Amino acid sequence: MTVKTLKVLSEDLKNIDSAYAAAGGNTAALHDHEVSSLVISGSKVLSANQTEGVVLEKEEQENGVNIKLTIKKGYKIPNPVHLCFGVVPEDGLQQINMDFVAEEASSVELIAHCTFPNAVKVIHKMEAKMHIGKNASLIYNETHFHGSYGGVQVSPKSFIKVEEGGRYLSNFTLVEGRVGCLDFDYDVAAEKDALCEMITKVYGKAEDRIKIKERISLNGENSRSVIKSRIALTEKASSEFIGITEGHAPQARGHVDCMEVIQDEAKAEAVPIVRVDNPLAKVTHEAAIGCVDKKEVETLMARGLEEDEAVDVIVKGMLA
Amino acid sequence: MLCLKNLILSRDGKKILTGVNLEVGDGEIHSIIGSNGAGKSTLAYTLMGLQGYEPEEGKIFFNGEDLTSLSITERAKRGITLAWQEPARFEGLTVRDYLAIGVQDPDKNLEKEIWGALEQVDLKPEKYIDREVGEALSGGERKRIELASILTMKPKLAILDEPDSGIDVVSLKEIVTLIQALKENGASVLVITHRKEIAEASDRASLMCEGAVLRSGNPKEISQFFINRCIPCDNRLYSLEDRS
Ligand SMILES: Nc1ncnc2c1ncn2[C@@H]1O[C@H](COP(=O)(O)OP(=O)(O)OP(=O)(O)O)[C@@H](O)[C@H]1O
Ligand SMILES: [Mg+2]
Repeated sequence: MTVKTLKVLSEDLKNIDSAYAAAGGNTAALHDHEVSSLVISGSKVLSANQTEGVVLEKEEQENGVNIKLTIKKGYKIPNPVHLCFGVVPEDGLQQINMDFVAEEASSVELIAHCTFPNAVKVIHKMEAKMHIGKNASLIYNETHFHGSYGGVQVSPKSFIKVEEGGRYLSNFTLVEGRVGCLDFDYDVAAEKDALCEMITKVYGKAEDRIKIKERISLNGENSRSVIKSRIALTEKASSEFIGITEGHAPQARGHVDCMEVIQDEAKAEAVPIVRVDNPLAKVTHEAAIGCVDKKEVETLMARGLEEDEAVDVIVKGMLA
Repeated sequence: MLCLKNLILSRDGKKILTGVNLEVGDGEIHSIIGSNGAGKSTLAYTLMGLQGYEPEEGKIFFNGEDLTSLSITERAKRGITLAWQEPARFEGLTVRDYLAIGVQDPDKNLEKEIWGALEQVDLKPEKYIDREVGEALSGGERKRIELASILTMKPKLAILDEPDSGIDVVSLKEIVTLIQALKENGASVLVITHRKEIAEASDRASLMCEGAVLRSGNPKEISQFFINRCIPCDNRLYSLEDRS
């Protein structure tokens, strides 16, 4: 490697480090040898580290990176695995294809930060296949930061299979800065005794467009799931939420809980869909769209906050 | 310090406050008693300046200043605050965050203030400080947190709407102690109550009936008057239940 490319690379690393920090990431973790991590800027892998029990394979493509991440059978990974996907320049296309496998009885927490701090026209596509083996457990925390221009188009698509006794908990957060255009589509199939919880929290502003579709099929006996989404919208932002839970097996239990608050000229639509074809399964749902609770606002005003400060505290609480 | 002159207020075309006249002195604990539907909560909301509770007639003076057209926030900045009969639930907000909002002096040691307030309402701080206000708190715990949030504000006028409801009998004494603590911190307290124990622990009391203050004075006398004269009054909703 020439001195010049080394220099460019270290410049890239510095940029992505600050982008990662802007998204709320802990940059020290990216340089810690005890922590598995992967840093991708555009279509380049800037750094990768794997620890015992974690196998990380990556392949750079023209517009992105193919990743295969495997947690070996029986391994309980002590530190969360950190992933950083970033596009630092104003424009670019990033396509991430991820194949994730948690082998039988393994357990891991993934912390992913997707950061596009300067985006004016950035497209980030993620296609993920996740396989959570028998009695394995995955906690997947994904936090996005799209900067303040609203120029990001993000479409994460995921298919997740949770085998018998497996656990899948995901937490998708996009509450700082603008959203841009989000098209979120997750599909989960749960086998016997599997447990799934999907939480999404999004704060849309200005002209942001948000589309969230989450589907969980409770295919196995005693499989359980919760879809919880919290969306706040201001100005001219709009959202469309579809939460589908299907109960196909005895003692399958699912719940969809969608709460949205809107202000100004924002528009929200929530469609909880519940399909049950097994008489011993039970799926429930609740959806509420409304403005911020008046009593909550007035209570905080009676403690000395201005109305807009009060609304802010309430919305941030809901999205915390 | 607080002086209400002929407050009249309607809601949805129905006259609810029919001309309230009331005076509360500096550092005075003043209880408001009266039957269900008398207009006590409505008076509290009108004093705080809630939306939809703008009086058609009358004035609210606080330390000589006319508050009638001020916003809730402006009133709060003058030291007036309100604890609701049914406190709001705040999803995602921790007790710490909630109580911190009331602390007006940013130089204060926040954590210490919050711990102190929780101890005063007899909630173990280490057990409650990180819990969510909106989640899994019992009604009584939630009411105590509400009182703690009033304490951290160090108000000049605390309006407490039935701080005793949903609180077990044993804890009634604590509520009295708390009200006295507010007074010791320099507040006047306007407390709406159905409990004799609280009314009689106050400096003065007023009886509300059909949207107006019928009579003010010594709390024992006022509460006796309420029992003797109002309960037999056939217009009172509650009288049927209370006499049986
Ligand atoms: N929006 C409204 N429209 C019509 N009537 C209303 C409205 N809000 C309140 N009221 C009526 O005003 C009256 C006074 O209500 P308020 O809540 O002030 O009573 P209260 O004295 O606090 O009673 P309680 O002891 O039960 O708390 C009641 O008869 C109530 O039904
Ligand atoms: Mg009331």
